[in-house]
Amino acid sequence: MEETDVVLLWGSNARNAHPIWFHHLLKGIRNHGTRLYVIDPRRSESAQWADAWLGNHVGSDIALANAMGREIIHAGLCSRDFIANACSGFEEYAKGVEEYTLERGEELTGVPADVIRECAHAYARAEKAMICWTLGITQHHDATEAVFALINLCLLTGHIGKWGSGLNPLRGQNNVQGGGDMGAIPNRLPGFQQITDPAVRERFEKHWGVKLQPNVGWNLTEMLDAMDRGKLTSLFVIGENPAHSDADANHVEHVLAKLDHLVVQEIYMTRTAELAHVVLPTVASWCEATGTVTNSERRVQLCRKAIEPPEGTRDELWIINEIGTRLGKDLGATGPEAMWNELRVLAPHMYEGMTYERLARYDGLQWPCPSADHPGTVFLHDRLWKKGAERGPAAPFNVVHHEGPVEKPDAEYPFTLTTGRHLDAYNTGIQTSGYSSPMTRGETLDISPEDADRIGITSGIRVRVASRRGSVVVPARIDEGLRPGVVFMTLHYPDDAVTNMLTINASDLAAGTAEFKACAVSVEPETSVSPARSALGAMPASA
Amino acid sequence: MSSAHQQLVRLSRPSSKPKAMVEISVDGEAVSVPEGSTILDACKKLGKDIPTLCWHQTLTPANVCRVCMVELEGARTLVPSCSREVEPGMKVKTRNERVDLTRRLVLEMLGSSVDLSISPGTPEMIAEYDARPERFGPDAANVARPVKDDNALYVRDYSKCILCYRCVQACGDDHQNTFAIAVAGRGFDAHISTEFDTPLPNSACVYCGNCIAVCPTGALIARREWQMRGDNTWDESKQTTTDTICPYCGVGCTLTLHVQDGEIVKATSPFGNDVTLGNLCIKGRFGWQHVQNREAD
Amino acid sequence: MDLKFLDAEPTAEERAAVDARLGPPDSAWDGAAERSARDLHVAIGGKKQRDRRHLLLPALQALQGRVGWISEGGFNYVCKRLTVPPAEAWGVATFYMMLSTMPRPRRVLHVCDDIACRARGASDLCDVLRREHSPALHHGFVPGRDDPPQGTKVEISQAHGAWTTAPCLGMCDVAPAALYVDAGAEPVERSLGGMTADRALRLIGGGAVPRDTLENIERADPGKAAASANQADDAPLMPFVGGLGELRLLKRVGVVDPASLESYRMHGGYKALEKAFALGPEGVIRELNEARLVGRGGAAFPTGRKWDMVRAQPEKTRYIICNADESEPGTFKDRVILTADPFAIVEALTIGAYATGARKGYVYIRGEYPLGATRIQYAIDEARRAGLLGSDVMGRNFSFDIEVRRGAGAYICGEETALFESIEGKRGEPRNKPPFPTEKGLFGKPTIVNNVETLANVLPIVLNGGAAAAKIGTPKSTGTRLFCVSGHVGRPGVYEIPMGATLGELIELAGGVAGSGKLQAALLGGAAGGFVQAADMNLRLTHEDTAAVGATLGSGVVVAFDDTVDMKDIVLRIARFFRDESCGQCVPCRVGTMRQYEALSRMLGREPLGSTDQELGLLHELGTAMRDGSICGLGQTAYSAVESAIKRLGLSPT
Repeated sequence: MEETDVVLLWGSNARNAHPIWFHHLLKGIRNHGTRLYVIDPRRSESAQWADAWLGNHVGSDIALANAMGREIIHAGLCSRDFIANACSGFEEYAKGVEEYTLERGEELTGVPADVIRECAHAYARAEKAMICWTLGITQHHDATEAVFALINLCLLTGHIGKWGSGLNPLRGQNNVQGGGDMGAIPNRLPGFQQITDPAVRERFEKHWGVKLQPNVGWNLTEMLDAMDRGKLTSLFVIGENPAHSDADANHVEHVLAKLDHLVVQEIYMTRTAELAHVVLPTVASWCEATGTVTNSERRVQLCRKAIEPPEGTRDELWIINEIGTRLGKDLGATGPEAMWNELRVLAPHMYEGMTYERLARYDGLQWPCPSADHPGTVFLHDRLWKKGAERGPAAPFNVVHHEGPVEKPDAEYPFTLTTGRHLDAYNTGIQTSGYSSPMTRGETLDISPEDADRIGITSGIRVRVASRRGSVVVPARIDEGLRPGVVFMTLHYPDDAVTNMLTINASDLAAGTAEFKACAVSVEPETSVSPARSALGAMPASA
Repeated sequence: MSSAHQQLVRLSRPSSKPKAMVEISVDGEAVSVPEGSTILDACKKLGKDIPTLCWHQTLTPANVCRVCMVELEGARTLVPSCSREVEPGMKVKTRNERVDLTRRLVLEMLGSSVDLSISPGTPEMIAEYDARPERFGPDAANVARPVKDDNALYVRDYSKCILCYRCVQACGDDHQNTFAIAVAGRGFDAHISTEFDTPLPNSACVYCGNCIAVCPTGALIARREWQMRGDNTWDESKQTTTDTICPYCGVGCTLTLHVQDGEIVKATSPFGNDVTLGNLCIKGRFGWQHVQNREAD
Repeated sequence: MDLKFLDAEPTAEERAAVDARLGPPDSAWDGAAERSARDLHVAIGGKKQRDRRHLLLPALQALQGRVGWISEGGFNYVCKRLTVPPAEAWGVATFYMMLSTMPRPRRVLHVCDDIACRARGASDLCDVLRREHSPALHHGFVPGRDDPPQGTKVEISQAHGAWTTAPCLGMCDVAPAALYVDAGAEPVERSLGGMTADRALRLIGGGAVPRDTLENIERADPGKAAASANQADDAPLMPFVGGLGELRLLKRVGVVDPASLESYRMHGGYKALEKAFALGPEGVIRELNEARLVGRGGAAFPTGRKWDMVRAQPEKTRYIICNADESEPGTFKDRVILTADPFAIVEALTIGAYATGARKGYVYIRGEYPLGATRIQYAIDEARRAGLLGSDVMGRNFSFDIEVRRGAGAYICGEETALFESIEGKRGEPRNKPPFPTEKGLFGKPTIVNNVETLANVLPIVLNGGAAAAKIGTPKSTGTRLFCVSGHVGRPGVYEIPMGATLGELIELAGGVAGSGKLQAALLGGAAGGFVQAADMNLRLTHEDTAAVGATLGSGVVVAFDDTVDMKDIVLRIARFFRDESCGQCVPCRVGTMRQYEALSRMLGREPLGSTDQELGLLHELGTAMRDGSICGLGQTAYSAVESAIKRLGLSPT
């Protein structure tokens, strides 16, 4: 990060959401002269550091990336040698983006053509460049396509597989990466290995002494859908609070209530736990247990137990092992290190070289780390610069097209609501409920000064925000970072308002992530005198 | 200085030329250090103990406290070892009457104007150099002023401030780039301040506590420690530290939890950690309390 | 940058003042009141915006000049326009004594109470003002920590003016002096000499200020200036200038019209630049080396070598700066040259730029010199109009331009690295050296800093050859030197003498000892220099001779004190000067200058801690630690004059 020349920070307010990562970006900006372009509908704290902020329309990222791609091709700035050596599908891509002229790009994104051009040229001409993104890309119904659009830019310019270059999706929690790596996604086994691959399954079956089912499972959206249809009747939730954290909260509660059996393993009595048939009180894994997590840079790191958990709770590994035992199967290895070593055996190409001792000595190692003398892998995909067989499979361009959010503003719901984070709060607020942040302002409806003037509100006036799915009442807050037509809320303060009552469960088919970043709402000054907390006003507050 | 992980990372870096070595003499002993190193680095390599106050391993040397001064042959004045880069053939003396006089006077100047009572290592330094701050008399001007207690997380007691600039650098260019505080005023009136001395909650402060982490005198202190010190229950000899990973985002900041009597009382991050360089954000530094609010459930 | 501002808006007047200096805002993100359609989708910022930081001091000065102080609203607007974090800007605003962060009347009289003016009655003048008007405005005020000074109510009424004491204003030849400032759309700033209590009260009393009260050196007819006397109450015109032998540096002072390029050219102007083009850059530097010219700012570094070092740098962006932050108490020669012969400095800077490859020059002139700033700015503008500055100087395909920056009341900014910080929009805190300015100076680029007098020397050297210049003076100290003679002498003024003339000759030139006629002591070199006495009249004024007796030529200061002067008061004022002017960065200087002032006060007030000897020992140790441990020359020399007073004037109380 600190030695790259150009960074496109796309759909991310990392200054708030990843503050220490942003330090490294700032070191680049201040010491190396890194130029920063921030693409975000809001002029966020991060955008204020940018050499240029590109304030595109919510959900117009594909159009912007395609217009940049076309400009790079037409200006003769693409990395021809790299494309010829490493990529497939360039011709189709070039044809696919041809309609995205700068003018069309401006029309679709709102960003002036000259600025799109400047950003495209800066990225393409840089010796080293990175694209970093977060939920502004991935919390859309066409998220996978949007990620493809960014990958296309990266392939077009060859900013991959090199020091100081690449693609960098910033992870929102300390183990988002690790969760996926460990197989907590529908199509993978631990070590990011395909469950559909018979050879992989065989290795695991042999080691575990059980037969594994061969099919790709459901993602979150599909699970909610299956619950609704009565196809999924039993659910085991570990450390997640879908009743507050998933889009269209009313609907989520509705389907959770249909379950025959809901088990929630939690450290708090969350809203989801309140709905459970069985609650398994467990420990805070980051300070009351030992194990590993994997950060955004694929670095496996040790978490260590610092304090004793509350009485009556059980360690997560103990719970899972015990469930295995009660179900009649000894799950084998107990204890974090033994389980980790089992993983090193089952996924040696990734983890063989990562003993607990080495993880401690080096403050973590980046996978793949296949042997005890391997230093870990700082960046991936350097194979794309190699020739012949060493190069491996070609990296494909994927032609993707602009659609825009599923729910577009109309006369009845004239605003686009987009969501994001505050610096001092986290997710649904549970883990930031224990301290008093001097910055906290609770949930607000952030609105542009122009819109506020038009509706006749000022900061602090309570407004009713309504979508097709529900409504909440919160104080308004004027934010110059917003433009007319766009309003902003967080998901942090379900005690104030459950923002997800408004959001839409329009999900990306591949990833199963909902379009938290865009839904249509109306905003009106709240006339009722009663201090309505939310449409769920009477419901018990979560912890 | 670099962490073990940084050394691994460097293996992947293209064309990083090894630095040339520079030989200097310290107290008659020859020592070679990489180009760009400071005299202090060279002294450390020889295991020499040079006192420092404003110098900090993660910050650009401010070279303002002047307690690390050494004698450099050919130089008109003493030179600050923390920031003076080595040049081939330098001859340095780290202890003699001249060096000790300046160090002693600096400690006396600070001791007579600032409350150093909870500054780790400073009373020992004062003893070692036989500094007697009381020499300047009972009416010597000092920086005493009321404690600033204006927010839930920090307390600022500038009577303990030696103006080492560390907090300003941590809040500013070196790490956080928030610039909530700066040195204001001039001369003996120089002090750390927000604009118009506005309380922290009105300022740009984002409560990362990275200033607290580097404060060498306890002028900046987290409320919990402040309270426990006030109650006389703060006892570092009873504290253990455990390194874990911060849960609040995917960056993977190492969090050192300081535990006393089974309770987390403070969170820091190791200065040598290449992810954080000792820095955290408000969530990492103060969010931990949620695991200890047990009565509410 | 993600900045947070206090909730305060600028007034229309403040907005106008800032916009007049910075130009209108580019966008709403840059401070425009209305958001354009483009603003809603684009903000250009980053480095481009952050690089405007260097305009911070000029913008704050614009506010100060317009409304007389820096309000929260105006301050916010400046920070927003320049993307400067408010806390940082606050650090800058509170650093400079001519900026006020407290409400103040628009009219303020800065009354010099420094040594030369003290010798001529400044203390009494201040006493009268205190008695008849109000307490002096209080510097170093920390809101929230300090109570406002008593009597503030009177002072902050706009009908009245206010006054404050000031360190040396560089008007010692017309002492006692004051600087009158009246903020407004067309701010009035006047350096006034021969100040009396009566006149001061007229300036800051209620009601309008009579015009003639303000008339002063501006009225000077340059043609007659040299001949004018300086004893008149209302109109001390051009200072006395004179010398021994041929005047090389002062020859045009009082002769040319400082506001006429034509007049300058008629008196030999721009001949040196033509010669420089003929010599080529190496040739120019060769002449300087041959002349053995050393810097006249105090450090006496060989000028040719400095230019050559910058010329040899691989970095091609280079700067040349004229250091006109003349603030050493007792010094006023730069003021004389800048007000009376400003084109000479423009020409010399142009030669320096040509020789070293600099494309941009600065004149950093102390804030207390309004007339000098006006004149040098005018000269620069005229030169640019005539094609002597700009993209193609004299048709030589050589590009060079000069910008004037004004200080705002900080002695330390005369230290070259503090001066860089000040131009860059920061607090004037000196940097640690090395790296030296020739390698990393202004904006981190190779930079030449030359004092005004040094630059004035460049012209005759280039024109007449280095060899000719080297013949003047002594082998080790060549050329002529300007001396600022003030205090109790017959004709205070600036005198140009060949190096090697004696102190006695100089004082004779200045009309001999005046006052009681008996010289008690003279301060040589400035506050950072030392004291000499009647017995030292044969001291040859060279670097080597002064060094041999533990003195220094410093900035060419000679302040004479007759035997009626209380030297304890003078020494204490010097100690107070260092205490007040310390930037506060390093411990030895920040605390040491305070402790030195305290110890001297106790000792001279006959209330020593323990014994006088104990205080003397303490002072000596403090002085040693300040000299050995301070970052810059201020702390390193803060004990010099005190030490010299102790040793030579026998300052221990009896």
